[in-house]
Amino acid sequence: MNPPPIREITILPGRSRSGEPERFAAITIRPGDTISIVGPTGSGKSALINDIEVFARNDTATGRTILVNGAYPPEEFVRDPAHKPVALITQNTRCLADLTVAEFLTMHVRSRKIGDDDIVDRTIDLANEFTGEKILPGARMTALSGGQTRSLLVADAVLVAAAPVLLLDEVENAGIFKERVIEVLRIEGKAVIFVTHDPLISLLSARRIVMRNGAVDRVIEPDGRESDALREARRLDGILRRMREHIRAGDLITGPVGA
Amino acid sequence: MRLAVVAGPPSAGKTAVVRQIIRSLQGRYRIAYLKIDVVRAFEDEELAAEFSIPARKVYSGDLCPDHAGVMVMRDAVAWAEEEGADLLLVESAGLCLRCSPYTTQGLGIVVLSAISGTNTPLKMAAMLALADIAVVTRIDLVSQAEKEVFRERIREVNPDLDIVETNAVQGTGMRYLLRAIEDCPPITDPDTIVLRGAPPLGVCTLCIGKTEIGWQHHFGVVRRLEGADYLFRGD
Repeated sequence: MNPPPIREITILPGRSRSGEPERFAAITIRPGDTISIVGPTGSGKSALINDIEVFARNDTATGRTILVNGAYPPEEFVRDPAHKPVALITQNTRCLADLTVAEFLTMHVRSRKIGDDDIVDRTIDLANEFTGEKILPGARMTALSGGQTRSLLVADAVLVAAAPVLLLDEVENAGIFKERVIEVLRIEGKAVIFVTHDPLISLLSARRIVMRNGAVDRVIEPDGRESDALREARRLDGILRRMREHIRAGDLITGPVGA
Repeated sequence: MRLAVVAGPPSAGKTAVVRQIIRSLQGRYRIAYLKIDVVRAFEDEELAAEFSIPARKVYSGDLCPDHAGVMVMRDAVAWAEEEGADLLLVESAGLCLRCSPYTTQGLGIVVLSAISGTNTPLKMAAMLALADIAVVTRIDLVSQAEKEVFRERIREVNPDLDIVETNAVQGTGMRYLLRAIEDCPPITDPDTIVLRGAPPLGVCTLCIGKTEIGWQHHFGVVRRLEGADYLFRGD
């Protein structure tokens, strides 16, 4: 039996590190939403997505509660990975599984009881759209670079885990094509929550949750007011991306750099 | 009184799990704790100081620690009952991955770390096969796909094992473990508690301090290299 579809996930407030209640009524996440969680290092960003990931029920350090479709999620959402609607891609850019890429994905596909013969190949193909360093099926998971690992785990979350909600912890750190990732996630209709320090990812998100001292400080909905800033961030990101490629290729950058 | 035996390899997070159990249940249960270790252990003093619960330890010295655990378990039940406990937590030394110290009339909890390697569940098959519930720690350090692959490996060993994934330092995911402890029936007759299986607890000549190599120097279960691919199997 298939569990009911996810209409919304609701975050109910907990308390800050000093014990004060958080100042929001509820944060609701629906399919197709893009949300960034921003704030200084140590402000509680990762703790917030961890709460979502474990479907906290006032039983984590933050005291938050996560509801699915307005109620406590059924136990299989929390405990059975095949029914879990949330996939977290951690900051870790190392995979410790002592397996090849193809073996790892095959095992994951088997645990999900998916009867699709070429899903492993398609996952590797999608991952290769996110990274410039080609991932081969026979490569060992432990030998992948940070960017390759992150690309593969995002592609896996989209195609194999097929979770409607993706939590991405500092996806920009690993040097992957972040705009391509966001584009694919949008096409797939995923709700995506980014923990990020990256201006472009923040500006591309429809909502920003600002963290401070372990608590949600405020929720901002720019609603188009930041379109100038977004245009400029895109332009600068393009410049930096081209410069990065030149530098990687060993070039000297002496010409004009603006777009 | 309820009994729970916590086993698992070294550094898997057994004590972190125990600490979360005590933190969550101490309001409703009087908890006693026994740590079994080989030469040094500090957990009993730490937990006694932190939670003011009756706690003690036993050092197995040259004896196999799980063998030592089996020897003292009946006394431990009597001690905990004298202390007025209604939950006794026994934590193993976690040295031998083949050990399986769970008993009847109690809950068998195996703790293993999500970052301990994909093949670890297969290597500690005996410890998993006879447990009731597996607690996978350090879950915050791995991604969803890795979690599921690790889980699949555990299921290969024991398809019926209840699996709880936790960041034991934070205490996430513990609610299902707590429920399993509370759902476990109390001890009915401590004199009829037995080990669930026959773990490889042989008190061998090495265990009692002989260091010479070669079967010529040993007694008990003695095998030559030729034809010794499976050294000893219990009755």
